[in-house]
Formats: sequence, C-alpha cells, structure tokens
Amino acid sequence: MKGITGPIYYYSTAVLVSMVFVSILLALFKIPIFETYTLLITGSLGSMTKLGDTLMVSVPLIIASASLVITFRAGLWNIGVEGQIIAGAVAASFIAREIHMSPGLLLPTMIVAGFLGGGFWGLLVGLLKVKGGVNEIFGGLGLDFVATGLVVYLVIGPWSRKGIASTSGTEPFQDNAWFPTIEGFRLSPLAVSISLLVVLMVLFVFNRTQFGLRLRAIGLNPNSSYRFGISTSRYILMAFILGGAVAGLAGVTQVASIHHRLIPSISGGYGFLGILVVLLAGYRPSLVIPIAFFFSMIAIGSIQWQLRLGLHSSLGGVFQGTLVLSVILISAMRLLRQRRELHVKAGE
Amino acid sequence: MSLKLLNISKNFGTVLANNDISIDIGQGEIHGLLGENGAGKSTLVNIISGSLTSEAGTVELDGKYLDLSSPTDAIEAGIGILHQEPLVFLPFSIIDNFLAGLPKSRDFDRKLVRDDIHKICQEYGFDLDPDTVASSLTIGERQQLEIARLLWMGARVLILDEPTTAISETQRENLFTTIERLAANGMSVIFVSHKLDEIQSICDRVTVLRKGVLIDTLTVPCPTSDLVNLMFGGYTQAIPQNQTVLGQDLLILDGICAREETTAIEEVHCKFSEGEIIGLAGLEGAGQRLLLRTITGLTKSYRGSTYFKGEKITKHSYKWYMENGFHYLPADRSGEGLIQGLTITEHFALTGNQSRKTIDWNKSRQLAEDKLQEYSIRGTVNSKPEDLSGGNQQRLLLALMPNNLSVLSMEHPTRGLDIESAEWIWKELLARSKNGTIIIFSSSDIDELINFSDRILVCFSGEIIGNLSSKETTPYEIGSLIGGVQP
Repeated sequence: MKGITGPIYYYSTAVLVSMVFVSILLALFKIPIFETYTLLITGSLGSMTKLGDTLMVSVPLIIASASLVITFRAGLWNIGVEGQIIAGAVAASFIAREIHMSPGLLLPTMIVAGFLGGGFWGLLVGLLKVKGGVNEIFGGLGLDFVATGLVVYLVIGPWSRKGIASTSGTEPFQDNAWFPTIEGFRLSPLAVSISLLVVLMVLFVFNRTQFGLRLRAIGLNPNSSYRFGISTSRYILMAFILGGAVAGLAGVTQVASIHHRLIPSISGGYGFLGILVVLLAGYRPSLVIPIAFFFSMIAIGSIQWQLRLGLHSSLGGVFQGTLVLSVILISAMRLLRQRRELHVKAGE
Repeated sequence: MSLKLLNISKNFGTVLANNDISIDIGQGEIHGLLGENGAGKSTLVNIISGSLTSEAGTVELDGKYLDLSSPTDAIEAGIGILHQEPLVFLPFSIIDNFLAGLPKSRDFDRKLVRDDIHKICQEYGFDLDPDTVASSLTIGERQQLEIARLLWMGARVLILDEPTTAISETQRENLFTTIERLAANGMSVIFVSHKLDEIQSICDRVTVLRKGVLIDTLTVPCPTSDLVNLMFGGYTQAIPQNQTVLGQDLLILDGICAREETTAIEEVHCKFSEGEIIGLAGLEGAGQRLLLRTITGLTKSYRGSTYFKGEKITKHSYKWYMENGFHYLPADRSGEGLIQGLTITEHFALTGNQSRKTIDWNKSRQLAEDKLQEYSIRGTVNSKPEDLSGGNQQRLLLALMPNNLSVLSMEHPTRGLDIESAEWIWKELLARSKNGTIIIFSSSDIDELINFSDRILVCFSGEIIGNLSSKETTPYEIGSLIGGVQP
C-alpha cells in the first residue's frame, strides 16, 4: 500500500471501524442507526445555512490544526495551543476595545495583534523548554491554565459589562471589529480566506523552504540535525513562535467572526480537537482541510441528534474519538506487520 | 558448587556470537573472561544470566541442569550479574531497592530486610545506610549495593561485567577485596574484563574468547604476552599503505580534558599535521569517541586548549568548527549520522546550498543524482537511509560532506561493511588526505589501523598511552597497549 491509496485505504477502514463501534452503541440504546447517520449529513450539509455553519466551525479548527502541524513536525508536542489561541483572542480583543483607530485599519490591526499575541505565548513555551528544560507538554499545559485565568480575570474584572459581574462575556465589540459576513449567513469569507491562507503557508513552509525542511529534520532526529550544523534550540524556538502565532489567528477568528466579544471559553476546545485532526492527518497539511471539515460536520450535524433524537450531542465527540483511535490502531497494526515481515526476511 | 557451561552456541543473524563454548568454573574460583569487543563475552554472560537464550548448549549448576529463560530464572537458581552500570533504582532508598527485588518466598517486612542489610554490610565491610537514596551513591557504592542485593537474593554465582570501567582506583581496590572475600566464602565468580593487569591480579583462571570462539583457558598468573597473543592472534603483519609527507602541525591539542556520560578523556596532548592519518586504537569506551567529538567541537573540553593554524579555538562554537572544515562521522550511521525519514534528495537540500531560504528541488534532486553516481550508492534519490545497506549509508555520509575539509574525525569507518565498500571508503578517505585533510579515525581492527594510519594513538581508560608509528609497530605492541600493558 503506497502513495495516495495508503491514506484512502486507512481512512475508509477507520471510518468504517468507528461507525461500527458507534452503531453498536446506538443499537444498545435502541436508537435508529440509519437515521442517526442521515441526520449527521443533512444536519451539517442539508441547507446553505447549515453548510455555512459547518464551514464557520471548520475555520478555527483548520487554523489550530495548521498551527499544530508546524510544531508536531518539529517533534514538539505543543499542548499549549489552547493557550496560544486564547492569547491571540485576548490581543485582538484588546485592539477592538481599547484602541481607537480608523475603521479600515481596525481589522488588519486585530489580525496582526492576534498573530503576535499567539506567537508570544508560543515563545514562552519554547523558552521554558530550551532555557529551562521544561518539557513542552507541561509548559504548554501550564500556560493554558494561565491564559484561561487571564481571560476569566478580564471578563469579570477590567473588561466586565457595566454593572454586571458575570462570566458570560464582555460587551459585544463595535461593528467595525466584526468580520464582514455574507448577507443572511453567519459565515465570513475573510475568516475562510485566513484559514485557507494559513494552510497554504504551512504547505509552502514544509515543501519549499529550508526552514521547514530543517524543522522536519529536527523532528525526525535532533542529534543528526545538530551534527549537520542546524542550531536545534533556535529552530525549536522559531517553531513555537510560528505555531503560536498561527494559533493566535484562530483566536482572532473566534472573537471577530463568531462570538464578537471575549468569553471565558473563547478557545472553544479547538486546540485539543486540532490535536486529533493532526494525528488523523499524519501531520500532512494537505489532509488538514478535509479532516477538519469532516470533524466540523460531526460537530454541527450532531446538534440535530439532540434536537430530533434526544441524543446528547457529545456522541459526536465519541465518534471523533473512536475515529482517531481506529486510525492510530490501524497504522500501528500496519507497522507491526511490516516489522514482522522484516523479521521473517532477516530470518531467511 | 560448580558452574558448568556445555557447548553454548548463539548466533545473531549470520554472526556466530558464541560458537560451542564449554567452561567449568569451580567453587570459590574467580574465573576471568577476556576478549576484544565483539569476542562474545557479553553474549555469554547474558546467556548465563538469563537475558539471552542460547540456540544450543546447557548451563549446569552443581550438576543440575538450569532452564534459564529470564533473568528471574537465573537469580532464583542462584546466578546474579553485576552489570557494567549497576541496575539500581536511582530514586529509591537502599532498602527500597532491596524490597523491589523481594523474592516471592519472603515476607514484606522492612525490619527483617534492614537487619539483613546490616548483616551483609558487616560481613563484607560495606558502608550502606538503608535509608540513603541510591542516586546520591557513587558508582562504586552502587556496585556494593547491587552485590549486597544479589547476595541477599541468594546468588551463589556472581558475574561481574567489566566492573572497573567507571570507578576510581580506591573503589577498584575495595571491589577486588570484596571479590576475594566472596570467593573465599565459596562464591564462584566470573570476571569479565579486557584489562590484562586486572585479570592477572585477581583471577585464578582465565578463558580467552576471540570472534565467538573459545581460544584457550589458562591458569593465572601466566605471561601477559600469552594473553595478548590469544586475544589478538591471527593477525599478520600488515604493510602500511599510506606514506604521508608530513607538513606543519596544523591542529594541536594541549592537555584536553572532556567528559560525557560515563566516559572521560584526560590530559590529551597531540599534534596533527596537514594530510596526516591518525588511527585511534582502544577498546570500546576507552575515550576514542569522546576524543573524536571533542576534536570537532561537538563536545566542549573543560580543561586544556586546542589550536588550529596557531589560533586558539577551544571555546569556539560548533558552527565555527563546521565553517572551518571540521567534520565528524559517527559509528551509528543511521541514528546519529543520517536522518531516517528524509529522502536522499532532502538530505542534499539540507546540507547543500544552505544560504538560500527556499529550496530549489530540481537542483537538489540533480545534485543527489550526481552524487549517487559519483559515490556509486545503490539507491534512488527518493530512498531513505533506512532503505540503504550499511555500506551505502557510509557512502552517503561521505557524499554529504563538504569538499574541502581540514579535519575529518570518524568512528569505525568500515565497521560492518563488506570488503568492496570498505576498500571504496578508504580510497575516498586517502584521496581526501592527499588534499590535505587531517583524518583521525577509531577502529577495533588492528589491520585497518596499521594499513591506513601514519600514526596510531592507543587509548586506555581515557588516556593516550601509546603514540606509535605504524611503520614500526606490531600488532602485538598495539594489542598489549589496548589491554593497558606496556609490551
């Protein structure tokens, strides 16, 4: 199994395996199986509005996943991506609330601010790792909590709504700070364009640049890379900065295109969901878009499960989770088989 | 009490690591096991201690056949092994280290175990406080802990695998006193070493292995020259092929000291002149790898100075070394040299034209194709290192090197390669030396050292104890020095 047939073979098998698993669950609770799956499709693609919503959800997920491709490829387990999304959202909110500028400049400034904010948060994880020897998983997770704490503080403190001490969020931003949408839809073409541009950029970095090649080399073998003269710590820092900056853009789309204000759960869990997407994609940027879109279909479609079948929408999460586990299982089984074949060859 | 090894054979792939080996070890005997790297010593003791299973042959203790399929089987039968680096739970206290290996037959009772530890310590003069955390112990003390633990678990046969590599002189004397006391109490001891003087001073008998075959078992003391001949025998006097006309001293090491993991080099003084080829002889871990890495700036020395063309370069960055034509090639070609998962084209894109920000894949592919041809590498531009044979990996590593190097340090240039590749590699290296590159290489093949070096430096325990001209030296002289003995 080589080339393009490999991934297709995997994913179809994995989808099948996880569908079987979810079907067994549904059967156990005597829920119509076929209707459940049909609802997933119609609920997410059935009308222009629904398709728009699915696309809207896919934007932050695609961006977060693209960010994770950068660090994962460099061999860095950037669990701190949630915090970086939040940092981007906070930076963009700061511009939207506190800085007065001409309406035409506001959105570009918010985007740049989010980019820088996320990059700064990523840099912190990188510095902790390179200078302090703190594993990026722990450093990232710690900074996730710090970022969450910061948002909650802002929302109930300095940026709280007048007279209300509530964690439901800040006042909505002024209109100029909203991403423009298509008439009648919640979807913003600007947000979609940003997500596509980000994926294109990641593709370009890893296919065309020395920087991307060196990140991959470090991810595959830091010792050899160092011997070849690549300054590993410098590139690790740069990977965290770039990864964080991209994640910050996901935060920008969350505040400017979806919520139009800062709320405590502003990251929407897209960072963690993005980890699943990237694992499924096998770190390939080209596969991020279809997989993130499929995940968004499940997220939006499963709302209908709740409305029509009385199922809790978290069943969608179960589906996503089993999908990832199936893919990992199948590729692990393939590796085992390859290794066994090698052994047989060596034995001859 | 006696341990009997009968016709033990073990192969790894096509390599016979142990070929029909039989040894008798009596009660209270200290039996030395001597041989070069790769002679089969470790394989043999791993079989006796249950870590490896042999393809043929049996192990008997007191005339009873033992089924050793795991280390647990071995220790239950009464065979304990002290590894080169003691297998101690570092974060645990000494008493917890004992409890972690508690035999099934015993109760989990701290007080009893504490008493046992005191008893053993008293008997053997160990100084072990049960509550000390193991990570604060020196290697010598960890060895004591491990020996005490093995005794406590009922070991009647003790295997010591190169126990003196990482410990101080005093600790070595203590260890030897302990070993002698154990033997006096009836313990059978197998002492694995490649240090000839140690074998002479402590063993009752010694078995010499070479390339998996038992060469002879001698009663100690015996003439050291006999041991050297048994260890390194079979070498014909090679004729040096390389005759470099020596130029100026280009690279000077003045009292270099460096440390990395468990190896250290001390007070290395050497001078290298343009185009010179220097072979480093010595057993694994004697300091060659560290010296090669220090010379190329990958490891920093903590004392001493390095001069290159008269300039002091001790503290310069690895980047400076690379830019000035220093290059290091490791023995682990696929793990430390090449990058598994990247194609050959990607390797050339990575090392080729490094100043450009974007990659011209056509150019890199073309470069890769040219180099594949020039270095006759069997593979395509899309092959990855893991698809290549050892010989082709080594060719690829050479192909990736910049053209004009000033210093190339290389571990085991031809280890594991077929003859054709080995010859090809040396042809390439000699050509580089003709162009002025200083080549410093380590090897465990004495023929290779004599054939290709101008000079041979012999490393022993981190020091250079021999600086020989390859025209005048003999395999016997090199072999003795490798074993730490002046011929």
